[in-house]
Amino acid sequence: MSLHQTSPHDDETGKKLGMWLFLYTEIILFGGLFVLYAVYLTVHTEDFVEGGKQLDRLFGLANTVILLISSFAVAASITAVQKSQKGVALGSLAASLLCGLIFLINKYFEWGHKFEIGLYPNSERLLDGPTGQNIFFGLYYVITGLHGIHIVIGMTVLAVAMAYVQAGKITPTRFALLENAGLYWHLVDLIWIFIFPLFYLII
Amino acid sequence: MEAVKSFFETPAPSRFTGIWAWLLTTDHKRIGLMYLFAIVFWFCLAILLGGLIRLELMFPGETVLTAELYNSAFTLHGVIMIFLFIIPALPAIFGNFFLPMQIGTDDVFFPKLNLLSWYLYMLGGVVAIASLFAEGFPDTGWTFYVPFSVSTQTNVSTAVFAAFILGFASMLTGLNFITTIHRMRSPKMGWLQIPLFTWSLYATSWVQLLATPVVSITLVLVMVERFLNIGLFDPSKGGDPILYQHLFWMYSHPAVYIMILPGMGVISEIIPVFSRKSIFGYKAIVFSSMMIAVAGSLVWAHHMYTSGMSDTAVFVFSLLTFVVAIPSAIKVFSWVSTLYKGAIQMTPPLFLSLCFIYLFSVGGLTGLVLGAAGPDVHVHDTHFVVAHFHFTMFGGTGFAFFAALHYWWPKMFGRMYDFKKAYIASALITGGFIFHYVPMFILGLQGMPRRYYDYLPQYATGNFLAGFGALFMIIGIALMFYNLAVTLRRERNAPADPWGGVTLEWKTASPPPLHNFDRDPEVLDYPYDFTGVKESQDNQANQDKQSKPNA
Amino acid sequence: MTDKAHIISYKTLLMTLLALFALTGITVGASYVDLGQLNVWVALLIASLKGTLVLLIFMHMKFEGKALRLSFISTIGFLAIMIGFTFWDIAFR
Repeated sequence: MSLHQTSPHDDETGKKLGMWLFLYTEIILFGGLFVLYAVYLTVHTEDFVEGGKQLDRLFGLANTVILLISSFAVAASITAVQKSQKGVALGSLAASLLCGLIFLINKYFEWGHKFEIGLYPNSERLLDGPTGQNIFFGLYYVITGLHGIHIVIGMTVLAVAMAYVQAGKITPTRFALLENAGLYWHLVDLIWIFIFPLFYLII
Repeated sequence: MEAVKSFFETPAPSRFTGIWAWLLTTDHKRIGLMYLFAIVFWFCLAILLGGLIRLELMFPGETVLTAELYNSAFTLHGVIMIFLFIIPALPAIFGNFFLPMQIGTDDVFFPKLNLLSWYLYMLGGVVAIASLFAEGFPDTGWTFYVPFSVSTQTNVSTAVFAAFILGFASMLTGLNFITTIHRMRSPKMGWLQIPLFTWSLYATSWVQLLATPVVSITLVLVMVERFLNIGLFDPSKGGDPILYQHLFWMYSHPAVYIMILPGMGVISEIIPVFSRKSIFGYKAIVFSSMMIAVAGSLVWAHHMYTSGMSDTAVFVFSLLTFVVAIPSAIKVFSWVSTLYKGAIQMTPPLFLSLCFIYLFSVGGLTGLVLGAAGPDVHVHDTHFVVAHFHFTMFGGTGFAFFAALHYWWPKMFGRMYDFKKAYIASALITGGFIFHYVPMFILGLQGMPRRYYDYLPQYATGNFLAGFGALFMIIGIALMFYNLAVTLRRERNAPADPWGGVTLEWKTASPPPLHNFDRDPEVLDYPYDFTGVKESQDNQANQDKQSKPNA
Repeated sequence: MTDKAHIISYKTLLMTLLALFALTGITVGASYVDLGQLNVWVALLIASLKGTLVLLIFMHMKFEGKALRLSFISTIGFLAIMIGFTFWDIAFR
C-alpha cells in the first residue's frame, strides 16, 4: 500500500494551516463584538469618550507592554527551539507565562477597582447614568472578559507546549505544537492591540 | 475481484472491539455512519414535531396542542431541523465518508478532531434535550430574537447553549475539511480535477469557518444578557435590538448556503453519472460555488426589511440579494444542460435529483419575491415565507440528502435496495410535498401569518390540504427509510461501481476497505470523463451478444 | 505554503518588539491631540500597523505561502464587510 507522500503526522505545514483556520474563527468571534462597538461608538460618541476617561490608562498601557513582551518571548522560544537551545526556549516560555499571570493580576485589580466605585454590569450607577456609558462599560466587560478567558486558555496551551519542550518531544524539525501554541498567544496579543486604543485611549 | 476486508471488519484503531470500535474510532467512514444514525434520529423527531404542528393547524381552533405547546413545537422543530439536521446532514455524513475518498486519500487530516466534532454534536443534542426538562420548553422560535429571548421565563439559555456547542462542532468539521483538501489530496489531483461534491464542501467549509463564530458570539451575548442584564440590545439601556438581528443573520444567512451548497454538490455528482455525460460547465459550477460563498455573506439584512432598519439598507440588501440568485441559477442551467442529449438511465437517485431541481427552482424563484423589498412587506412573516424556505431547505437540501442516501448507500453498506419501493416512496414524498407547501404560498399571499396556532375561518381549506399533504409525505419518508434499512439484514450484493460513476469513491470495493484504496487510484485528467464507462458497457453488451449463441 | 521552516533571528525579534513599543508610545501620544472624528481612525491605523508587525514577524506570516496569506486577507475582508455593511443601516437611519 502506497498512499501518499507524507502521513499527516509529519505534515507540520498542514497542522499550522489547521491552527490558522482556528484563529480565523477567533478573529470573527471578537469581530462580532467589534461590530457592536463600532455601531455604539457612532451612536453614543460622547458617552464613549466620557466612559473612556474613567478607565485607567496606566493599567491599560502596562498590560499592553506586558503582552508585547510575552509575545516576543514566545517568538524567541521558537527561534531557540530551531537553534536547539532548549534552555533558552524553556526560559522564554516561562517568561511569557509569567507575563500572562501579571496581566491577569493587573486585570483583577483593575476590575476590582471598577466594582468598588460601582461600575459593573447592571449596577445602580450605570443604570442611573447616561445610557451610552452603560453600553460602553457593558462592552468593556464583555470584550475584556472574553479576552481574559482567552489569556487563561493561551497560558494553558503554552504550559503544555513547555512541558513538551521539557520532555524533548519538540525538536528543531518538529515543532508544530509549540508554533501553534505561539500563534494562539500572538492572536490574543493582537486582539489586545485593538482593545487598548478603542477603550482606554478614546477621546 | 478478490474479497477485500471492509472497514466494518477492520476497526481503527485496531485495539478496540465491539461498541468501542465505533465510539472511539478515528476512521472517517465510521464517524460518518455514526453521524448518519444520530442525524436520522433527530430528523425523525423533528418530522414528528412538524407533523404535530400541521395536525394542530389542520382544523381551526385548538385541537391537539395548546397555544404554548404550539410555540414550543415550532421552536423545537426549527432548532432541531436547522442545527441538528440540515446544517450537519450532508457535510457530516457524506462529507466525512466521501470527501477523503473523492480526493484519493485514506482519512481526514485531523482524525481525532473529527471524532471530537462528533462528540460535540452529540453533546449539543443532549443539551438540547435537557432544555426540555426544566422551566418549560423554549418558545422563541429558532431565531432567538431579543427582547423576547432575554425576557421569557422559559429555558432559553440551555437551548442557546446547545446551539453554541453545535456551532463549534460545525466549525471544527469545516476546519478539518479545508485542511484535508489542501494537504491530503492525491498528488496527481490538481484543483480543477477535484470532484464537484468536494468542491462544494470546500466552499461550505469556508462559510462554516467564517460565519459560525458570529452566531457563537451572538448566542453568548443572549446568555450574558439573561444572566447579567447589561442591556446591549435593550433600548431603555442604550442598546439597539435591531443589532441583534444584524448579528444573528450575519451568520444565519450564510448558514442557508452551508445548508444548500453541499446539496448542490450532490446533485452535480448524480446528474452526470446517470446522463453518462460529462457535467456541463465544470468550472462554472466550481466558480459559482465560491461565488455563492462570497456573495452569500453580503445579503444578511434581507431578512430584516420590516424590522425598522434604514431605507438605504433595504435598498442595498435587496439589490445584492438579486445578485446571489445568479450563481444558483448557473448551477440549475448546468444540470439541465448536462441532461440534454445525455444517455439517461433512470434510477432513484436521479429521480430524486430531478425533483430537487424542480422544487429548488420554485424555492429560489419565490425567494426573489421575498428579496424584492416591495412584495416582501406584504408577505413578511406569513406562510409564504414558511413555504419558500421549506421549498429551498427541504425541497432542496432535504431532497439532496435523500438523493445522496440512495446514490451512496450501496457504497457505504455494500447493499443495493429495492428500486420499486424507492420510486414509490420518492413519488409519495414529492407529491405530498407539493400538496403540503403550495397551499401555504397561497395562504401567505392571503395574509395568514406564521407562528400562530389558530387562524381565521377563510384559511381553513388551505390548511386542511396542507395537513393532508403532510400525511403523504410522512408515509413516503417512512417507506423510504424502511426500504433502505431492510437491506442491512441482507447479503452484501453491491458491486464496486453499481452506477458507472467515475469519481474515485467508485474505484474501490463496496463497502470500502479501511484505508479506502488497495492501491493508488488512477486520477482522471477530467473528473467527469465517462468514455471509459461507455466502452466497458459496450464491451459488456458485445460479450453478452457473443455468449448467447454459444450457450 | 513553504515547507521549509524559516529561522528568525533574535535580533529581528527584538527590533520588532522595540518598534511595537514605539508605536504604543505614539498611539498614547496621539490620543492627547484632539483631532475630533479622526482620533479613532488614527488609533485604528496605528493598531493595524502594530498588528501587521506581530502578524508578519512574530507569527511568521512573512514566510508563509499564498494559501495562508489569501485566507487571512479574506478573513479580514469578511470582518470589514460585517462592520461596513451594518452601517448601510446605522448611517442612514
